[in-house]
Formats: sequence, structure tokens, C-alpha cells
Amino acid sequence: MSFPWAKHYEPQHPLMQWIDSRMPLPRLVYNAVGPGYPVPRNINYWYNFGVLAGVAMMIQIITGIVVAMHYSANASVVAGSVDGASIAFNSVEHLMRNVNSGWLMRYMHANGASFFFIVVYVHIFRGLYYGSYKAPREVVWMLGVVIFLLMMATAFMGYVLPWGQMSFWGAQVITSLFSAIPLVGEAIRTWLVGGFAPDNATITRFFSLHYLLPFVIVGVVILKIWSLHIPGSTNPTGVDVKGPQDTLPFHPYFTAKDFFGVCIYLIIFAVFVFFMPNALGHPDNFIPANPLSTPAHIVPEWYFWPFYAILRAFTVNFLWIPAKLWGVIAMFASILLLFFLPWLDNSRVKSTSYRPMYRIWFWVLVVDVLILGLCGGRPAEEPWVRISQLASAYYFAHFLILLPALSFFEKPLPMPNSIAESVLAKHDPSVSPAVAE
Amino acid sequence: MVRFFGVLVGLLLAFVLVVAALLPREESSPDITKKYHLAPVAMHWQQDGPLGIGVFGTFDRQQLQRGYQVYKQVCSACHSMDLVAFRNLEEIGFSPAQVKALAKESEVPSINPDTGEEATRPALPSDHFPHPFPNGVAARAANNNALPPDLSLIIKARHQGPEYLYSLLTGYEHAVPADVDVPDGLHYNPYFPSLNIAMAQPLMDDQLEYSDGTKATKEQMAKDITAFLHWASEPELEQRRRTGVGVVIFLSILSVLAYLSYRRVWAGIAH
Repeated sequence: MSFPWAKHYEPQHPLMQWIDSRMPLPRLVYNAVGPGYPVPRNINYWYNFGVLAGVAMMIQIITGIVVAMHYSANASVVAGSVDGASIAFNSVEHLMRNVNSGWLMRYMHANGASFFFIVVYVHIFRGLYYGSYKAPREVVWMLGVVIFLLMMATAFMGYVLPWGQMSFWGAQVITSLFSAIPLVGEAIRTWLVGGFAPDNATITRFFSLHYLLPFVIVGVVILKIWSLHIPGSTNPTGVDVKGPQDTLPFHPYFTAKDFFGVCIYLIIFAVFVFFMPNALGHPDNFIPANPLSTPAHIVPEWYFWPFYAILRAFTVNFLWIPAKLWGVIAMFASILLLFFLPWLDNSRVKSTSYRPMYRIWFWVLVVDVLILGLCGGRPAEEPWVRISQLASAYYFAHFLILLPALSFFEKPLPMPNSIAESVLAKHDPSVSPAVAE
Repeated sequence: MVRFFGVLVGLLLAFVLVVAALLPREESSPDITKKYHLAPVAMHWQQDGPLGIGVFGTFDRQQLQRGYQVYKQVCSACHSMDLVAFRNLEEIGFSPAQVKALAKESEVPSINPDTGEEATRPALPSDHFPHPFPNGVAARAANNNALPPDLSLIIKARHQGPEYLYSLLTGYEHAVPADVDVPDGLHYNPYFPSLNIAMAQPLMDDQLEYSDGTKATKEQMAKDITAFLHWASEPELEQRRRTGVGVVIFLSILSVLAYLSYRRVWAGIAH
């Protein structure tokens, strides 16, 4: 386990001893999320979002399994439908109207996707602020980026399944990104879609993968938690854990704190599910897919808007590369660059609280991503295109230029000697956090 | 190494973007539809509930029944409602016997049990509302090549659904501006995204006689049909909100208990 002073699992009951010597699952749980896992005592509420992401994932898997029981992946048009409603579209409506509490399962699943992304975005920015990607947690961070990519693929394919207008045209736009690849692009797109345009072959493979990928995500989550448990969590001071006085056992201290966080999260989630279930969706997806009628503005789900804005920000051909290919490369680069973050940021100070310059740029990045999100949800016209071009330029400059450069210029603030000391300083002002300076 | 290539890639991408941002834009031609398009009028519905936040709002059953009458006598001539069955009408206050009688008024396609040939029979409560047209091609052929959309989900399928629909149905009397061209067979309606809609004004004062004696002004009918279609789009609305109130109360109490136990576990622990 992580720290030498971690409590050891010592089963008292003969039955538990019997189990422990044969199949030590209780021991695993004890060491993973029980008293056997020491956690920095000073982590704040932003650290709840890791557990919340797990809760959001489980809600998606459980509701998803129920929804799939009623869903038919079939793009054939229902006999007699004037506007081309498919069997898939009507099977979702059947769930909404005729299945007991079907609307609850469906709205939990649809809003659950949005909430999963909200939680993960907060979790990512928390990681950026407290330097959670830095040594020795690079692998934890990179596995997180893998999960994020898998989530995006899963969410995109899930949005296609109801086979509404935005499902169809979203699938059309996103798969056509691959056609920007020189020479083989069009062939790859046809292979991915299973035809020249999204149709039955698309909906069946997307359903299959939409059911598969969440379990791949669970697998990567297990790897991520495993790798997290070696160094343990970061903490708001960014100072490494030095001794038993710096930590508290996960259970009961952080199970109690996380449970409170989960309750608050569920209240906000419930407000959306029960009182504004369609606030985060697009009305066009209640119109059956129509390959002959393009919606006025094709937009993906809100959680893709920042990346959609980057995709559309490239409007000029440059260096013999067409604008569309620039956009596709940049959109993928905007996520893939996160893999290199542990090496792009050379500062040895983890917590942004002690990085006076980076602190400013961190909040600029937050605002920048929000602006990109706003632009991505708007039609591709002025002033949104120009704003998204400048915002995208900052996005790349932030990670690829500013962050490497800052470690040369920045003089960090004095840091506390230990977690325990910083905690005591908060309670007793006579203890100075910067004695070592 | 990573930082070196990172800076190069960053400079390149930022340069391409800044150049694109600085390039002059083509003069965009003024969009006439934007100039005259109107946002839907603000409305208050009973289902919005107190304060208009929708938490405690329920449908007005009488209004929904009037709305069904408008659908039956006006809209259903062109618009299908494939997702709604006659049995669902029990949810808006019709008795099972009334639903049976209402269903019987319509004929639905069937098969002659003796010969296997196509036939029709009176509808049963389990049947969905019949289609006015056998398919989309027939619907277009009968409507000047315009497609009357299915109305089962129309409120959820439009931004600000109820306000939009009410505004559209009562929005035919605006004078056509001089610089707007209304093609033959279309009708000027500033609430419609493209300003010209294929549907002719569907509601006129006293077009029908309400069975509950309400005066059938066109505003009244527009409100009633909108409420009915809102119910058709979200038949679970009342149950959803009722459940939601209970869930939020339960979770609030649970949160208080969770907070108290968190404080108790952490009592005396500096953090």
C-alpha cells in the first residue's frame, strides 16, 4: 500500500479470516476505499468530484441497461409515418410513454450524460489547478485523458441512437471529419459509417459500441484508481505527504465527506431530471431523422461545444493543408496535448495557490474554454467565428507556449513545510506556514 | 524535447488562427428574415404552476378536452399524432366509456378476417389516432408539396414550444412588410422561422362549438390546442413533477443528515 502507516486489514471474525485466506476481496476494498487508504487530511470539496464521476458513471450504466431493454436499433421507417419516424425513434417514445417509469430511466440517462461531463470537467480543472498531472501521477492523469476520450466516443454514439434530426446530422458531421484525412479519408468514413450516409448499419454498430465502451471505461477507471493509490491524492498545498500526521484514513473521514457531496449532487441532478429534463438537449432531436432536410444549425451536445468551436475556427487553407483538415487536426490536438501536460509544465510547484503568475493564466483558461463553449453552440457566423479563432489561439498558446515558458519566469510563493503545518496554521495564526524560508 | 516541439506546434496553430481572425470578412448581405422574425409572445399556462417555474403545475383537464376537440375537428384533417392512442385520453379526464365512443368515431385500417383483404374497422381504445394520409408522399401531394408534421412531440420539438405554437396559430394577422416576398401558396407569419408558412390560417372565431359551452374565439382555441399538444408531448409531466418534489424533499433531508454525520465524524479534527 501507499504509506507505511496505513492501517492493516486484520479480520477478527473466523468467517472473515476464512474468506481472507481464500479470496481477499474484503481486504481489497479495505485498502482501496476503507480505513487502509490514507488520504491527505486537507483536501477540499473540489476533491469530491472524483467520487462523483464514479457515481455519475454508475448511474449511466444502470439506467443504460434498463433503457437498452426497450430500445430497438433499427432505422427503418415505421409504416404510415408521415415524417419518417423510425423504429428506433418510436422505441424511445414507447419507453417514454408506455413503460412504467420509463420516462424516469430515459431522462436520467440523457441528463446523466450531461452531468457526467459537468463532473468530469470540474475534475479536470481541479487536476489542472492542483497540478495533479505532475510526477509521480503522470499515469493517473493520462489514464484520465483516456477515459475522457472514451466518454466522448460513448456520448456521441449514444446521442445518435434515438435517430432524431440532431442524431442523424450529428453523425453525418462527426463521421465526415474522418473524410478530411488525405487520400484514404473518404474510404475510412464509409467503413466507419457502414455506407455512404448514416443508416441502419450505422445505428446497429453505434448501439453495439455504445453498450461496449462503458465497460471499457470501467476497466480504465479501475486502472486509474489502482495507479492513484500508489502516490495517493494530491492536496491543496501541493506538498507531499510526509508522515501519519498529514493523513486521515479514507473511511470514515472521506466516505462521510463524499457521501454529503453525493447527496448535494443528486439534488441538483434531480432538479434537472424532474423539472427541466430537456433544458440541456436540443428540440430538433424530437423530430425524426430526415436525410433530405438539413437542420438550420447543426450543433452537437453542449459538452462538445468547446471542441466544435476549435474545429470550426480554422477557415483558411495554409501550407497546402485545407482548412477542414486543420480544424480536424486541431480538434484532436486540443485533447491529445493533455497527454503531454506532465512534461509541458516544468514547474515543480504542484499547487497553483503558490504560483502567482500561473494562477492568473489558469483562470484565463477557464474563461477561455467557457467562451469556446459559447461559440461552439452558435451558428458559424460573425462575430462568433472570430471570437472562437482568438479563443482557440489562446487555448493552444496556454498549453503549448505559456505553460512551458512560465516555469522559467515564475517565482513561486513560499510553501508550507508540511500538510499538518498548513492545517495547524489555519487554526492557530501563531504558527507561520513559511518557517523554512 | 516535448517542450521544444510543443512550443513549435503551439506557435504554428496560434499563428494560423490569428491570421484567420485578422483576415477581412466578406460583406454579409442583410438577412430579411432576421429583421421581421418575432420572438414568441410570453404566456402563462396553468401547467406552469405558481411563479411559472413549473414545479407544482398541472394541466387543466377541461382545457385538454377542448384541445382534443380542436385537434379532432381542425388539425387532424392534415396532421397525424402517431404516438397517441385513444386509451391515453383517459388521462385527460374522459371516462372509459367516453374513450370507447370517441375511438369508435374513427375508422382504422384492418384486414378482413374471412378474405384477408384490406378493410377498415371502427377504432378501439388501444388503437393510435388514425393518419389523415397513408404516407408522406400522399401528405405532400395533398398539401401543395408541404409536409404537415406529426404533432405528437411538437411542443418538445420547438424552442419555447407552447409559446411558439400559440404565437404561430394566432400570428397570421400581421401586415406583410413591403420588402417581404410571399410566394404563391405560402402565408406570412412572422413567428415562423422563414416568415412564410405553407399552412393557411387554421383557426377562425366560432369555427367550432365547444361541448362545454366555452366561447370558441381563435385565441381560446389556440390556447386549448396548445395545452392539449403539450400534454401529448409530455404525458408524464404531472407524475414527473410529483415524483420530483418527493425526491428533492427526500434528498434534502438526507443531505442534512449526511452533513451532520460528516461534522460528527470530523469533530475535533483540524483540516
